[in-house]
Amino acid sequence: MSCLQTLTDYGLRSIGQGVRGLPKSDITLCDQFVLIGSGMIWNVYFAIIALFFGFFAATAIAFAKNSPQAILRVPSSIFIFILRGSPLFIQFFIVYETFVLFPKIGIDLNLIFMEITVETRWLTRAWLGALIVLFLNTTAYSAQIFYGAIQSVPLGDIEAAQALGLTNKQINKRIIWPTMLRLAWASYTNEAIFLFHATALVFFSSFPAWQQKGDALYYASYFADKTFNPFVPYPIIAMYFIIFTIIIILIFNSINKKLNKHL
Amino acid sequence: MFDFCIDPQNLDGFYWWSCYLTTGKHISFYTSFFVVFALLIVTVPLILLFGFLGAIARQSRIYPIRIFGITYTSVVRGVPDIIFFLFVPIALDQGIEYLRHKFKCSEWVEPIRQGNDFVVCQIAKMPMGSSDQWIHDTYGFFLAALAFSIVFGAFAANTINGAINAVPPAQIETGVAYGMTRKQIFIRIQLPQMWAYALPGLSNLWMILIKATPLLFLLGVQDIVYWARELGGTKTARFTYPHSDWRLGYFIVLLVFYLFLSWVSEIFFNKLTLKVSKGQATLNGTVGGTIDYISVSDDEVRNS
Amino acid sequence: MTLTKLITGAALIAAFASSAFADGHTIRMGTEGAYPPYNFVNDSGEVDGFEREVGDELCKRANLTCTWVVNDWDSIIPNLVSSNYDTIIAGMSITAERDEVIDFTAEYFPADPSTYVALSGASDDVTGGIVAAQTSTIQAAYVADSGATVVEFATPEETVAAVRNGEADAVLADAAYLSDIVKASNGELSVVGKPVAIGGGIGMGIRESDGDLKATMNTAIASMKADGSLAKLIAKWFDGRSVEY
Repeated sequence: MSCLQTLTDYGLRSIGQGVRGLPKSDITLCDQFVLIGSGMIWNVYFAIIALFFGFFAATAIAFAKNSPQAILRVPSSIFIFILRGSPLFIQFFIVYETFVLFPKIGIDLNLIFMEITVETRWLTRAWLGALIVLFLNTTAYSAQIFYGAIQSVPLGDIEAAQALGLTNKQINKRIIWPTMLRLAWASYTNEAIFLFHATALVFFSSFPAWQQKGDALYYASYFADKTFNPFVPYPIIAMYFIIFTIIIILIFNSINKKLNKHL
Repeated sequence: MFDFCIDPQNLDGFYWWSCYLTTGKHISFYTSFFVVFALLIVTVPLILLFGFLGAIARQSRIYPIRIFGITYTSVVRGVPDIIFFLFVPIALDQGIEYLRHKFKCSEWVEPIRQGNDFVVCQIAKMPMGSSDQWIHDTYGFFLAALAFSIVFGAFAANTINGAINAVPPAQIETGVAYGMTRKQIFIRIQLPQMWAYALPGLSNLWMILIKATPLLFLLGVQDIVYWARELGGTKTARFTYPHSDWRLGYFIVLLVFYLFLSWVSEIFFNKLTLKVSKGQATLNGTVGGTIDYISVSDDEVRNS
Repeated sequence: MTLTKLITGAALIAAFASSAFADGHTIRMGTEGAYPPYNFVNDSGEVDGFEREVGDELCKRANLTCTWVVNDWDSIIPNLVSSNYDTIIAGMSITAERDEVIDFTAEYFPADPSTYVALSGASDDVTGGIVAAQTSTIQAAYVADSGATVVEFATPEETVAAVRNGEADAVLADAAYLSDIVKASNGELSVVGKPVAIGGGIGMGIRESDGDLKATMNTAIASMKADGSLAKLIAKWFDGRSVEY
């Protein structure tokens, strides 16, 4: 079987397209590259969605932690402490075990415009359940980074804004937020890389793989098990992660350039 | 453990629990908490060592060494630690045995790779096949510690490298003006000065290291996660203390343990950071008074 | 080992003569320790179960000193071939795939059918629904091919938990493993559908380069089969199951 054929058969296997049965014997290098690469779709999906929503949630929580009002500051501090103080591995386990306890029903949400059915069953699926854990996790880590950056915003900048008669809201939006992003960006880049790497844990700890649809590590360990040789699939997945890590760094660096354009 | 534990079937309540929680297996669970501490104690000096070597390599003027330093720090940081742990310890193990084999059994004629098998002569085995199990366990533990150190050493190298570069150029220029050599400047100015800059990154690394320790069980070390899963699993009547699936309970114990460890570490590093940054021209060192807009509470300052 | 013992074990002398382990080094027995009644870690933290007793008896008959090593299922074969232990005795079915990489001794336990287990009262149709299995087991591959929806978990424990909490309709695993669980569930779980025969008997995994050890173990297994002691152990650990050995 040619490698092109393998690509059409298994290129989208991780999302349920293509040939159903995984290769069982005569496993070629091509099989391994294609399927592990196919699994990367999941890693990229988790990373992009969690980072996107996490960014906004983290900004809100960072400002909440910085708030003089205890009702905002205390809950956000506790949230950050618990999520940052415990291993992601254990968070996955505990959240999964909690989600399976929920009754498996559809809850009808009656919104004004439409009625949607929320299936609690989805919470135990990796695409939603694990995504929630990753989202909460990156929110907490990023919030702490942003909070540290807010604290480092030069006081002179704020005083100058106050002298110009800007309101607190305007100061937040025009002075603190942009400066915070600039100061935090290097650390935030690291956090994005860590989060991306953490996506490898999803199918490895608690969340089950359905119909052999899993992430890159799921397929890598499948091959390690089938070929009994860990020295091929794991370096392949390592290579994929290095490539994607470089892409993350390039994207974040170009954003960083935009943030610092005026300097 | 206790005298009344001979017949657990007839026990209930307090007595059942006091027997259950003191079984040999539970004692292994409790001792495995020390494995976590032992790992941290063994790896921290190694991480700093690898970090220094990596940073120095990256600063080196000799091209191959510099390339090695850059490759080490960027490749290792680009791979999730979990994937690294899945094949590097086995590779390390085989590498060590291969070298010992070449050295000790040069008369050996059979190939080391026989099909799928990796076979070295008996005296090259690490540890020897006849050694007690605790020697095997200890060796496995040190291999795991080495793997951790290689991974986190790359992060430390990156932090230390950044910190060395962050030392103000004026200080280095002063050194040059005094007629110091490059080496002297490095040892007398850059190294002592860089600590203040490296501390936030290193403390962050420590927090990450703590939270990576549950991955120890992947390396075949019987750590707290291994025992929590083992003890929490459903126990049928075949066991002395049958119970249903209690894994959630055991994992909550682990959660509390890690939260406690992180909490103690945060307090320690906050104190240390304040101490080191005192007198430094950074905001941590100078921001004392606050304006009413931002509430800066010193005990919550953390550089991530 | 002593010289007298060597002489009494007449049948084994030939095997020992050329053997790499004649110097008396310890044979390390690798097992998973999480698959009762085959092997598990008991409440005092020791490896226990059917395979513990069989393994100890085999070592005694072969005049070997043996120690027990617990290793995760995932990496149990890679660690054997890189010589971190010398045998795998972990309820491992003899399959053609595995046989390409390692050698197996003669079986010491006959092929055990796999069964489906579901919540009591479920119809037989569930075997075509959502079926839980342990990742990279012969059962997982079987379900994937059967057309049912396979859900894979890392440990056997989680596969059963998935049926209990409704995540999966049924679980497919070795009959011997599940029968204990069904019994302990007080009627919550029961066997559904027909048992399916997957995989061969269970043998001890040994490195392909380790022919001497394989021969020794085969001799010992044959002697345990001949005098009925193996059948007795099987009856003891598997609810009086009788086998033709």
